[in-house]
Amino acid sequence: MTDILMPALSPTMEEGILAKWLVKVGDSVRSGDVIAEIETDKATMEVEAVDEGVVEALLVAEGTEGVKVNTPIARLSGEGGPPAATPAPPQPVAAPAPRSLDPAVEKAALEKGSERIFASPLARRLAAERGLDLATLTGSGPHGRIIRADVEAAAAAPPARPVRVEAPAPALMSTPAPSLAQLGYPDDSYTLVPLDGMRRTVARRLTESARDIPHFPLTIDVEIDALLAARARINGLLEPRGIKVSVNDLVIKAAALALKQVPEANASFTHEGIALHRHADISMAVAVEGGLITPILRRAEQKGLADIALEAKDLAERARTRKLKPEEFQGGTFSISNLGMFGIRQFGSIINPPQGAILSVGAGEARAVIRDGQVVSRTLMTVTLTCDHRVIDGAIGARWLAAFRALIEDPVTMIV
Amino acid sequence: MDFDLVVIGAGPGGYVAAIRAAQLGLKAALVERAKLGGICLNWGCIPTKALLKSAETFETLGHLEDYGLRAEKVGFDLDAVVSRSRKVAGQLNAGVAFLMKKNKITVIEGEARLEAGAPAPLVRVALKAGGEKVLKAANVLLATGARARTLPDLGLAPDGERVWSYREAMVPDRVPPSLLVVGSGAIGIEFASFFRALGSEVTVIEALPRILPVEDEEVSAAAQKAFQARGIAFRTGASVRRLARSGKGVELIVEAGGAPETLKAHVAIVAVGIVGNVEDLGLEALGVTIEKTHVVTDSHGFTGVPGLWAVGDLAGPPWLAHKASHEGVHCVEHIAGLKPSGLTAPIPGCTYASPQIASVGLTEAQAKARGLAVKVGRFPLRANGKAIAAGHTEGFIKTVFDAATGALVGAHMIGADVTEMIQGYALAMTLEATEADLFATVFPHPTISEGMHEAALDAFGRALHV
Repeated sequence: MTDILMPALSPTMEEGILAKWLVKVGDSVRSGDVIAEIETDKATMEVEAVDEGVVEALLVAEGTEGVKVNTPIARLSGEGGPPAATPAPPQPVAAPAPRSLDPAVEKAALEKGSERIFASPLARRLAAERGLDLATLTGSGPHGRIIRADVEAAAAAPPARPVRVEAPAPALMSTPAPSLAQLGYPDDSYTLVPLDGMRRTVARRLTESARDIPHFPLTIDVEIDALLAARARINGLLEPRGIKVSVNDLVIKAAALALKQVPEANASFTHEGIALHRHADISMAVAVEGGLITPILRRAEQKGLADIALEAKDLAERARTRKLKPEEFQGGTFSISNLGMFGIRQFGSIINPPQGAILSVGAGEARAVIRDGQVVSRTLMTVTLTCDHRVIDGAIGARWLAAFRALIEDPVTMIV
Repeated sequence: MDFDLVVIGAGPGGYVAAIRAAQLGLKAALVERAKLGGICLNWGCIPTKALLKSAETFETLGHLEDYGLRAEKVGFDLDAVVSRSRKVAGQLNAGVAFLMKKNKITVIEGEARLEAGAPAPLVRVALKAGGEKVLKAANVLLATGARARTLPDLGLAPDGERVWSYREAMVPDRVPPSLLVVGSGAIGIEFASFFRALGSEVTVIEALPRILPVEDEEVSAAAQKAFQARGIAFRTGASVRRLARSGKGVELIVEAGGAPETLKAHVAIVAVGIVGNVEDLGLEALGVTIEKTHVVTDSHGFTGVPGLWAVGDLAGPPWLAHKASHEGVHCVEHIAGLKPSGLTAPIPGCTYASPQIASVGLTEAQAKARGLAVKVGRFPLRANGKAIAAGHTEGFIKTVFDAATGALVGAHMIGADVTEMIQGYALAMTLEATEADLFATVFPHPTISEGMHEAALDAFGRALHV
């Protein structure tokens, strides 16, 4: 008899929706057969059987949300034999696996992981019975040893993350991370700012991005004298309407057009495949009190500069007052972060997943350059494109930067 | 700030806490009004063990022929027995003084009283040598312990002559020809056992239906039988009406099942529980919560008054030295910002009579009362080779397992040397061992501890030697 466990479809997946069963009780399955569809916030994936057998029970009903990774979802009877005498009907919640008193079974379960997990014998047994993976638990015993209370707390708290109960046990902490005191910062040496939702999200998303995405930067200098001249003329024309176009607005426009010219750079890596986006939805990083947010200028490639200027200004203002609607900052296909106003010359941003690239824009400054063998002064701006190598190879990134530079250096081409 | 931690009371709760504090780099002071080591070391655990060793050895001399040995002019010298006991206590008292010095703990002899202060109450010490000293500390730990309960209304108050508390019973100038022991907890039973071995006619009076009421019922029954075989009489379910001096001795009126009975003896020992030393510390003014003579604390020993902590007997039962030490260490580690674990560890209890009694965790009845389906194992020591060879076949070992999880939830033993063995089960329970782990553990042969293995096996129908 084998339990099929809720699979982790990504390294960060903690739970998912059991969207659909593709087998029923009594079906024979072979290794590789698709038996269910699992949905996460990011994707829908098929679950394949690893073992052979007859489906004896479906332990989690179709459509159940918040099914924790490693929860038993179905049970196979061994070796394709006949199903158990009375196949259990699907149940809405995971039933505990029958208890095994065979130490060998427990031992095998323990040795799956290569790293030794410190847990009490009772905790190991209870975790095995309840289908909990010890590796997912946090121990509250000496040196983080997993004890009975930890397993019971985790078992009592699905589908949320394992939470500690305030048992009679002392000092049960929700995190094993060392305290500030243990890190060597005395109590009176700092002011503690609690983590709010935005800071937690920024921390989590950027950590995942920096850790999980194979990224690389490409840097190029662009000459913006022509752009600045064009901007002066445009702003002169728009003055009666009270609109002022910023260099950043022009950068957004040029980036959007470059994405149109090099559509491979307007892409997202997903488990289903590479999504080549049809429009340039540009996320612009806006610093706000306590963090940053990236409102989206949708279909920027189709918009005129006046519209971009107005919309960018409106989005930035509402971002700072936290009045954006979720759809105004969720999604986007490409990001731009501009620190030029702070005098930053060059920097490389962290990719805003699931986007494939982010452009970091430095300050425009007069630099000595050589043109036609003469040292002359030009206004240069250094930009860096950070690429997700899974979708954007070096050559694609380079082509995009070339297209972007051509548009910036000869702004007239933006109107074509 | 004079100190990071001031500990009040140098018993096993307080002095151990002070050592742990010093280990953690805290500047610690220890205030004691009497002797370093507290009751445990000076007037409790340790000196009684010295007395009981003498009694046990004397008892063995009484049946040397069992071992093929002969001795003539067997007897005892009570003064020498008592003086040995005092010497043992003195030696350990000096040992604690050495430990304080080694750990650079400031020892202040005197009586402490607390006054409101911040971040912790101020400690005003009336010095033994005269004068007073005010200590300012970041934290104050109360470990003032407890003392024998007296019930003057019933005449159950020691007079130092014919009515003894443990204190007088520990330094007797005579072996009373007859003795009444009121209370059959560990203290009462140990003195009953000691004086019986030296020849007293002993009667133990217990208000509850059985002796050693905190132990498993089977152990209580076996203990009563074993003590009766040694000549100790019992009155259980007997409530004390009045104890009074009469003639050259005492008269105790008890009532068991309706008819009052008058018991006469030369001496009575009062061992009817203890009360916490909560008085004269200024606790009421600070707003410390006191319930039934004990300070109420949270699981870390925090009293609710900023900077004030309490551990040991003062903070509630079980009134055991090792529980006090364990709490003291835990509390100090918590104060030092560590995240100590393990306050939920089961606390073993021992009675050093002949035979000995030791237990840890739940009794069978307690386990059932908690709704657990239990598996119970028993192993009689008469089936153990080492016990037979040593001539100590009296007693048994009992295990209680939670049938649902296989967790060992309690263990109970009566017999020779069982107080040295209970820690094996305590370790198993603290590490959350299951029956599988006990089965898999190798017990050395030949030892009485093999009975511990057998008792675990027996709970699952797998005992090998019965």
